[in-house]
Amino acid sequence: MRLRPTSEDVTFRDELRQWLASVLPELTPGPAPDDWPAQRTYDTAWQRRLYDAGYAGISWPAEYGGRGASPSQELIFLEETERAGAPYVGCNFVGTLHAGPTIAAEGTPEQQEAHLRPILRGDHVWCQGFSEPEAGSDLASLRTRAVRDGDHYVVSGQKIWTSHAHVADFCELLVRTDPDAPKHRGISWLIMPMDSPGVDVRPLKTLTGVSEFSEMFLDEVRIPVANRVGPQNDGWRVAMVTFGFERGTAFVSELLRSMVLVEDLAQLAGARDGGSAWADQSIRHDLAIVAAELDALWAYTKRNVSRAAHQGSAGYGGSIFKLAYHETRQLLGEVAMRVLGRDALALRDASGGSDFDHVEERLYSLSLSIAAGTAQVQRNIIGERVLGLPKER
Amino acid sequence: MDLELSDDQVALRDEVRRFLAERLDSAALRRCIEMPGAVDHDLWKELGHMGVFGLTVQEAQGGVGLGLAEAAIVFEELGRAAVPGPLVASFLAASCVEGAARGEVIVGAVEEAQPAVVENIDGLDLLLVLRPDGVRKTEPPHGRRLARPLDPLTPVHHVAELPMGEQLGGAEVSARLHQEAGLLIAALQVGLGQAAVSLATEYAKQRAQFGRPIGGFQAVKHMLADAHVWVDVARAAVHAAAVALDEGEGADAIETCGVSSARMVASRAAARATSTCVQVHGGMGYTWEVDAHLYLKRVAVLDVAFGTNGAALEQRAASLVSR
Repeated sequence: MRLRPTSEDVTFRDELRQWLASVLPELTPGPAPDDWPAQRTYDTAWQRRLYDAGYAGISWPAEYGGRGASPSQELIFLEETERAGAPYVGCNFVGTLHAGPTIAAEGTPEQQEAHLRPILRGDHVWCQGFSEPEAGSDLASLRTRAVRDGDHYVVSGQKIWTSHAHVADFCELLVRTDPDAPKHRGISWLIMPMDSPGVDVRPLKTLTGVSEFSEMFLDEVRIPVANRVGPQNDGWRVAMVTFGFERGTAFVSELLRSMVLVEDLAQLAGARDGGSAWADQSIRHDLAIVAAELDALWAYTKRNVSRAAHQGSAGYGGSIFKLAYHETRQLLGEVAMRVLGRDALALRDASGGSDFDHVEERLYSLSLSIAAGTAQVQRNIIGERVLGLPKER
Repeated sequence: MDLELSDDQVALRDEVRRFLAERLDSAALRRCIEMPGAVDHDLWKELGHMGVFGLTVQEAQGGVGLGLAEAAIVFEELGRAAVPGPLVASFLAASCVEGAARGEVIVGAVEEAQPAVVENIDGLDLLLVLRPDGVRKTEPPHGRRLARPLDPLTPVHHVAELPMGEQLGGAEVSARLHQEAGLLIAALQVGLGQAAVSLATEYAKQRAQFGRPIGGFQAVKHMLADAHVWVDVARAAVHAAAVALDEGEGADAIETCGVSSARMVASRAAARATSTCVQVHGGMGYTWEVDAHLYLKRVAVLDVAFGTNGAALEQRAASLVSR
């Protein structure tokens, strides 16, 4: 074990820092979080800058326009961009981290040619059409139907929790192509152009009061069979392929931001109301616990990245990270409310004169045990696949 | 940066694990309760011979010449086997007390407090007294043996007054030993937590109710998953803290996981895992017969060794506002 970086990693970090220092001052502040067209313009412009500088697709193979860098350099990239205050991956998330890697692994040469570089350049924005109103944790029970009609599928159904749908160009869509097969064996993975006739996107308001995601209604949408990634009825396996790329880096930016949040809360606790919150031992100790757990999760991230470097994947390390992280973030959110007192009664402007939206962060933390596999689903995964306990049924 | 164990580290871990699995099964562990101070002198020499106490002592001085990373790996295994006795004190003494590294002289430790509660006295040859301004060594003091110790494998005495003894080092030595002790306590707790998760998981696979193994029920499965999650996270924290100490100034990282963080996270993980172990065993978990209570109690003993968790919490809290 060692924490010392290799000389290649030192060089990579130094060059990245210099580049960030040269480009970030030119950036304008980001748009309002619920102005999605402006977000798209902003996020894709940043993606294009990354591409031109050779920092897009850090972990993608070079043949698809990526950098082909090691997991440790991916970690350094995420660490340095976060610390420098660079824009987030934003609406490029699904393309660069999900659909793109899936097409790279399972797509035809034509699909790879058509989609991979445009994703890295920020030309194409993607969204994810996996969940349905009746298929949440039981994703494999999805019912959106695709009926073959010559060289097209005709797709009807409803998707939900589709982030960035109203500004996306393409959707990675899971559909049922064989209603008679066992549920995992009748699914296919399709590339759906979002401008296809019959696609209706309606934004959903989250409990924070803004629209982060949408529901999507599909009414006899015609999708070319050539847009299928992987064999027909093999879409469940294709959907699982991306999990095999798990390097344990999905939450690096958030984790580093969380550390800043807890430090800011400690400052606030000491400054507000004569420091009464900081004098409260229970608040002080809970902040210390959160800080210690974030330290531990940073160590765990490095462990995951190390494992990915050795074995090609962090295995179930991503699930373990997520289970611990949501607990820590939700504790942080509860302490934030105690520190802020009545300043927590408005999402903006109040927050005790802080630069951070602590109340919004607290509400956001509730999603961490739901999105991308609920905590309950993750616990089943750990219990069954890591500890070897039997399935419930 | 690489937080996976090297091949040598895996070999070291496996060697210690294999030795302890054979040498100290549950029956052998419980026999230690009857030994003076609950210290098995033969086991101590065997551990000394394996280099457990002198791991970080330089080879020229008769040690193994490895780092705290290796010590953390070995101490996790000692925790996993719930080895009783003054393991951390003997490790700390290895570099400054003749015979300690070989396990021939058994050294305990206490932080100066009047009166003091001292562990394992009847099994000790020597006692280290750690104070903020220095470290001294004394003969094991006399005191009143307390009935019904929390951990049957950690007998305790009430000592009215600690002897002055002989100065071994100043404030710097004391601070360094404290740091190392905190790290090793965290490693022991990770091991105890792991032992608890493993014991409870095996039980949940065997024990059937309502016609199936209880580990199939999500109510049980999810408790075990959470216990496993935090033990695994705590292990990484301990490893990172150990490596950071070994590498000193040269460590990567703008932030390394400090000993106080590792200790807090390990303590909480071990407390969760061991109480989960009791719960998963149901009525049997509340008996003397099942080892679950031994793990749970040892975790509690370690929580108040070499400074308390409360002190670690205050240390981490203070660092939040000092920047």
